[in-house]
Amino acid sequence: MEKIMFYILSAIITVFAVLSVTSRKLYRVTMYLLFVLLAVSGLYFMMEYNFMGAVQLSVYAGGIMVLFVYAVMMTDNIGNSMRSIGGKRIILPVIIAVGTATLAIYAIYSYQGIAATKEATVTTVEHIGNKLLSYEPGGYVLPFEVISILLLAVMIGAIVIAKAKKLVNQEKN
Amino acid sequence: MIEGVSLFEIMSLTTILFFIGIYGFLTRTNLIAMLMSLELMVNAEAINFVAINKYLSPAVLQGQVFSLFIIALAAAETALALAIILHLYRLTTKIDIKEVEELKY
Repeated sequence: MEKIMFYILSAIITVFAVLSVTSRKLYRVTMYLLFVLLAVSGLYFMMEYNFMGAVQLSVYAGGIMVLFVYAVMMTDNIGNSMRSIGGKRIILPVIIAVGTATLAIYAIYSYQGIAATKEATVTTVEHIGNKLLSYEPGGYVLPFEVISILLLAVMIGAIVIAKAKKLVNQEKN
Repeated sequence: MIEGVSLFEIMSLTTILFFIGIYGFLTRTNLIAMLMSLELMVNAEAINFVAINKYLSPAVLQGQVFSLFIIALAAAETALALAIILHLYRLTTKIDIKEVEELKY
């Protein structure tokens, strides 16, 4: 049952990821990306890491996708097709992507020394919270605080960048 | 871990997802579409962190905590990049990398 579910999720992820890098309409690309993110959160739920699945749903599928939709709506007309990079110039990216992916998968499968566990472990919010706020060796309280400062800096930076005056008007004055 | 699914299968999936992102990043010329390809790559990495942690050493939580940091960083990066792209659009009304040359020199 879990195996079938994993393969369904994998198929959704792969198909919609391919569609989201090949489609010409920017709106559709946004929606395909949303489906990929939802399927990825399903993968987290299957790995018994429910907190990460919820974070993926709320931050990625909720927050970042809204940002993307707003950005697309402000810069693009519905029904506009994006410019393609043209017939011959697509060959090199295809060769790079397929070749390197084949090489990487071959390298993964040729490695034999993995001793994977057989029992499923559930990660609860309590585990994550204790780990994030622990001062002991192996605790993550410093990165946690650094991340909060970084988020504040990004918030201020985004406001400052978005508030800047238009270059065209400055030239006229 | 997922019952009946090996680590190899999950890592194959994330490798494919990562290189789909690479392909999109190389072929897109629209800045927002390039950023979306970047999101695919970041997602593949986050799944890898969680999967390897769950399969190889479920007692420690390093990979799972790191994947949370990855999500936070990806959100920050996307917000900042979209602010820059929207500002660029207000300056030049273009977001195609073939036409935008403001930062070239």
